[in-house]
Amino acid sequence: MQIRPILSTLRHHKLTAILLTLQVAFTCAIVCNVVFMVVNRVHRIGVPTGIAENELSVIRSTGIEKNENAQAQHAADLAALRAIPGVKSVVAVSYSLPLNQDESTSGICPSKQALDRAIQLNSIDGSGCLEPSVYDGTPGLIDTLDLHLVAGRDFRPGEYVTQGKPPVTIITRALAQHMYPGQSALGQSMYDGDRFIRVVGIVDTLLRPNLRQPGVDYDSMILPQLPDDSVVTYVLRSAPQDRQRVLAAAAATLVKVNPNRIINPKRMQAYSQIRAAYFQRDTTMIGLLVASTLGLLFVTALGIAGLANFWVQQRTRSIGIRRAIGATCGDILRYFQAENFLIVGAGVVLGVLLAVALNLLLMTHYELPRLPLWYLPVGALVLWALGQLAVLSPALRASRVPPVVATRSV
Amino acid sequence: MFGYYLDLALRSLKRNKVLTALMVLSLALGIGACITTTTVLRLLSGDPLPQKSDRLFYPQVDPNGKQGYIAGQTEPPSTMPYIDAMYLLHARRAKRQAVVALTSGKIAPQRANERPFYSDGVQTTADFFGLFDAPFQYGGSWTAADDEGGAQVIVIAGFLNQKLFGGANSVGRTIRMNDHDFRIVGVLKPWSPQPRFYALDLGGHDYGGDGDAMFLPLKTAIDLKMGPQDLECYDTVTNMDDLAAAPCRWLGVWVELPDQAAVADYRMFLANYAREQVAQGRFSRDETAMLDLVDWLRHEQVVPDDVRLQAGLAYGFLLICVLNTVGLLLAKCLRRSREIGVRRALGATRGAVFAQFMVEAAIVGLVGGVLGLGFAELGLFGIRHQPAEYASLAHLDVSMFLFTFVVALLASLVAGLLPAWRACAVAPAPQLKAS
Repeated sequence: MQIRPILSTLRHHKLTAILLTLQVAFTCAIVCNVVFMVVNRVHRIGVPTGIAENELSVIRSTGIEKNENAQAQHAADLAALRAIPGVKSVVAVSYSLPLNQDESTSGICPSKQALDRAIQLNSIDGSGCLEPSVYDGTPGLIDTLDLHLVAGRDFRPGEYVTQGKPPVTIITRALAQHMYPGQSALGQSMYDGDRFIRVVGIVDTLLRPNLRQPGVDYDSMILPQLPDDSVVTYVLRSAPQDRQRVLAAAAATLVKVNPNRIINPKRMQAYSQIRAAYFQRDTTMIGLLVASTLGLLFVTALGIAGLANFWVQQRTRSIGIRRAIGATCGDILRYFQAENFLIVGAGVVLGVLLAVALNLLLMTHYELPRLPLWYLPVGALVLWALGQLAVLSPALRASRVPPVVATRSV
Repeated sequence: MFGYYLDLALRSLKRNKVLTALMVLSLALGIGACITTTTVLRLLSGDPLPQKSDRLFYPQVDPNGKQGYIAGQTEPPSTMPYIDAMYLLHARRAKRQAVVALTSGKIAPQRANERPFYSDGVQTTADFFGLFDAPFQYGGSWTAADDEGGAQVIVIAGFLNQKLFGGANSVGRTIRMNDHDFRIVGVLKPWSPQPRFYALDLGGHDYGGDGDAMFLPLKTAIDLKMGPQDLECYDTVTNMDDLAAAPCRWLGVWVELPDQAAVADYRMFLANYAREQVAQGRFSRDETAMLDLVDWLRHEQVVPDDVRLQAGLAYGFLLICVLNTVGLLLAKCLRRSREIGVRRALGATRGAVFAQFMVEAAIVGLVGGVLGLGFAELGLFGIRHQPAEYASLAHLDVSMFLFTFVVALLASLVAGLLPAWRACAVAPAPQLKAS
């Protein structure tokens, strides 16, 4: 394959070739960055919560009776909910669940000395103290959410409190590692400013109600504290296909047990809806980004194919001459493919530089990490493949030009 | 002459139907994407109160402690404690002033067989309605005396009046909220500024909805222990029930200042107040700030990053579509060198050839614009069906409609410029000589 004749032909079509190169370059720059954004968001929405997501349903009840006895009400509600056919287990929590955006956090330190250090530093950064999310709930929370105890034990019935602060806790493995790096957290006593809380169990994974930075998203702790408010959230576990039925039955049951309450239909959800709501903006954005990437590639492919078509038409005569003096079909085909390869190649080289520049620009305006370098060769390969695909049909048409064309006047 | 160019252009476009379709389609896609995202961006960055936004200001002081304080480098927080808000309110240094917090309350139904429901509300002071030009259907605001006395009076939104009283004039009637009786003094016409600028950073949503359902005096809300939606404490709280004295920030203050002199005076007044508080030992920081409404919205970054990113992407997309159209038009016009040569030889000037090709480009642009409008409507339809806060607001208005055609024409003319210039630069003689 000789490159020189291709280059000298392109010199005659400088302007068109430059335009196509530019188009490929911009497409490469935008597509690399957009795909990177899509991958980031896909990672974000795939974050595991550690609970049995597709078996849980959640319903919030707001009591409107004055001076009602919250404990008695919750006990009656739980008993009635447990009796619904299909419900495997049910617990009441105050409000927090992973990704439901109702968060309660508490500053807590691995020891009293760490707290003193934090006070001295005037900040919890660097003191060893952390700010985990706090979950509470009635007995059976661990089993209902399907959390995996990796060390220690579940709470004992006597450890649950309504008022005041419980003396024991179960924490996540992430919190255990962050709080007591290099040692076992089980049996340690954490200090929250006015009392010690002993770690009796460690669960594998439990995500926060709100995401922060990836490093601390799993810093959660569970307290054996019973919800003690007229606003309470019931979490029901059932087989995935039973969820809708169980939810409807739960709402009816709760109103039957005590009609003096408000059940907001918006706060009556299968857990998967809570998750979808949390990531709704990300899913929309992913859809938009993917659509615009496909649109861009489509438009660029159209441009390549359109121009190639023109060139083939324009050069029908010279193709005929080449065929007449001995070029094979394959030679002609390869000629157009090589031409396309060169143009797209030039575009890709420029595009890679533009992609890095665009990434730097985006990093200053949005919270976007640096583009990993391996995206660039992949983007280049994709555009090369796209170019070859787009040029294939015009090139095949060119290769079918019969040599006899050379003898006709156009 | 124009008619002739039009005819020529249409003929030329018809000759290459597929190519013309490709140009129109790619331009339309780019324009559709741009118009959709620009509409959303414009909607979100719009001025919620254009008639007086330059006279509304949001003063800020900083009650936070010494911890983390670097003089001259920290910004005051967005809300104020009760004491400071009340001082600014009672000082009456502005033409109008109001203190704002958000709340929610349980409203008992008027008819027997209905269930109670929760509604969003605003705890504020008497000037609120005049300050923000909130229009009354019936009645009016409560008085400053009601503010001081903590009177159980309430202003309700039109939709709440519709729900409770079927839209009748309910001024003077009583509604039961959080188990207390409130006398209705006013009913608002539909009023829902977008974004809900008066309550940024006070908790709750920024866009969408029909507006707040009820407005009641701040003092009354405190007396009845209706907590605010958002509260931030900067010191140890001894008695959470006494919100008025607690070291917590939860109130926004708005003032109306008619001219530059008044603004300068108020800034001075605010700075003096902060310095006094530092001298008395109540404050550790003497920074103050006072932005006007539009700057405040910008400062609070009410336009989501995603929306800005989408708009940027759409314009990048349009750029590529325009480049694509340039390439195709260019290829097309270079193929017609002979035709151009003949026209030039027969006496057409360079200008005439240029005009002919620009007309052709403009036709592509206009058709692309019409199609792009269709794509934009489709895009906005998609956005309206998203559960985003601002979804229901996404509509194409007249100015965006016109803007579409301006963008389409501009894009196609820019795209046509280079091919038309190349076309008119064709020298006639060689074209006639060849074959």
